[in-house]
Amino acid sequence: MPLNRDNVSAIAHLARLKVPEEDLDSLAGELNNILGWVEQLDEVDTDGVAPMTSVVATEYARRADNVDDGGIAEDVLANAPDRMDGFFAVPKVVE
Amino acid sequence: MTDLRNLTLAQARDGMAAGDFTAVELTETFIEATGAVRDLNAYIVETADQARAMAAASDARRAQGQVGAMDGIPVAIKDLFCTKGVQATAGSHILEGFVPPYESTVTQNLWNAGAVMLGKTNLDEFAMGSSNMTSYFGPVANPWKRKGDDAVLVPGGSSGGSAAVVAARAALGATGTDTGGSIRQPGAFTGIVGMKPTYGRCSRWGIIAFASSLDQAGPMTHTVRDSAIMLGAMAGHDPKDSTSMKLDVPDFEAALTGDIRGLRIGIPKEYVMDGMPAEIDALWKTGIDWMRQAGAEIVDISLPHTKYALPTYYIVAPAEASSNLARYDGVRYGLRVDGDTMQDMYENTRGAGFGAEVKRRILIGTYVLSAGYYDAYYLKAQKVRARIAGDFNDAWEKVDAILTPTTPSAAFAQGDKMDDPIAMYLNDIFTVPASLAGLPGISVPAGLSAEGLPLGLQVIGRPYDEETLFRVAGVLEDAAGFDAKPDLSGLGG
Repeated sequence: MPLNRDNVSAIAHLARLKVPEEDLDSLAGELNNILGWVEQLDEVDTDGVAPMTSVVATEYARRADNVDDGGIAEDVLANAPDRMDGFFAVPKVVE
Repeated sequence: MTDLRNLTLAQARDGMAAGDFTAVELTETFIEATGAVRDLNAYIVETADQARAMAAASDARRAQGQVGAMDGIPVAIKDLFCTKGVQATAGSHILEGFVPPYESTVTQNLWNAGAVMLGKTNLDEFAMGSSNMTSYFGPVANPWKRKGDDAVLVPGGSSGGSAAVVAARAALGATGTDTGGSIRQPGAFTGIVGMKPTYGRCSRWGIIAFASSLDQAGPMTHTVRDSAIMLGAMAGHDPKDSTSMKLDVPDFEAALTGDIRGLRIGIPKEYVMDGMPAEIDALWKTGIDWMRQAGAEIVDISLPHTKYALPTYYIVAPAEASSNLARYDGVRYGLRVDGDTMQDMYENTRGAGFGAEVKRRILIGTYVLSAGYYDAYYLKAQKVRARIAGDFNDAWEKVDAILTPTTPSAAFAQGDKMDDPIAMYLNDIFTVPASLAGLPGISVPAGLSAEGLPLGLQVIGRPYDEETLFRVAGVLEDAAGFDAKPDLSGLGG
């Protein structure tokens, strides 16, 4: 089932991406082309194949649970578009 | 001093060791060259003052007899690497003005080895592209042109700025990153050596993430020897990247023995593409002859799932990208576009900050990961990815390395393929399979097209066997004897 402009609008909202109304139809066309093209993967027999999640041996790297960093609040905040009293500042979230 | 601009990295290293010139003299030459190639739009930020200070420090170390593997060598850094105190943009408006308070591991390794930073190079936005046309900071020009044609060509992408500055002899080497071919394809388009190591060989810490299961840093250089020297300085285990491998870094340069007698070189039959230019096929056959003449055994192999690599990649990479790029929300760094609510601010910021190709991939990635479609797209792609990796595992039973073309064409003109995303994606048809399998690959300039543009051949190696990869690539380079150069007369050359 091809995507329509309402589907694209819903996906854009999921991705928190503002897409102008006038772009929705052309984007639907582009996404449908790409999704139609990737559907050729259905030809591949993948019964019993485990999904590949990593190309390296998955042995989890562990380290001692010690604090080895910190005290760099100024570095963390240095690029903030807006800040207040040592915090990131954002529009009001709770009324 | 203009001669210094035409040195290889290895020659510059040896020249400084012999006392023929200093790091300061070498660096001044390349600062001047950086100014002379500005028409290419290859740098986003130039760091001449920092380069001068680093070069002076290098000469001081040399006076004390303490030199590293890259001491005094001026290099360019793809603007996807975080560099402490120097803007890092990923080629995106959303990160314009972002000054990292920390240094990526790969660049820190280079500075520890004594290298000198000339600046940060242009790239496709968030490394998503094969032409360098998607950068917020404008396209990069390839220093090469077709014979008798003044059309401006793309340098390839996403590491297009890095490729252009090396090809234009404005840096002795440059870092790139490769997710589906972003080092090897621009290497081929600009007549230089582009090398992607095995996934896990270089730390990804401090590299702005695109698709985390695929991204790898690698060197872009004039020669295979330069590539081996530079990878040696970049690579190594890093506790800050849990996917970086706990392996010693071998002396890659020592692997260049020039002897591939008895080595088995695989030729995959699936890398013949419908509509592929005859000259690409002819160059590949010539490359096979070179391998045979050098004493290698040529083995026909099959990688049956090759044709599914690109569609697999265009599910896996956007899915990972949509997740990685969720962090750009206008709160902690980069662009913020205000809105009445927090949600509006997020959507406005991301709508204004990301370009068309990045948005397209975020939307695809969000869709294939969404409830109801995850199994049909993302899970299926991960399973096909396992089959593609399985093809290579089977091949390693029979061969030691694989030889293919790097790209299905030479460099194309700026603006071409822009209205058809899939045509653009096809650029990476020969490079994506090795990326999905995490394998090392290297593109070596091997000949010229009928239009006078460079063409590359790719060698793919076993995981963590970059030594064999370099050995084969070195023999390929010697046999090709590629000595063509772009016309740099308008670029201070």
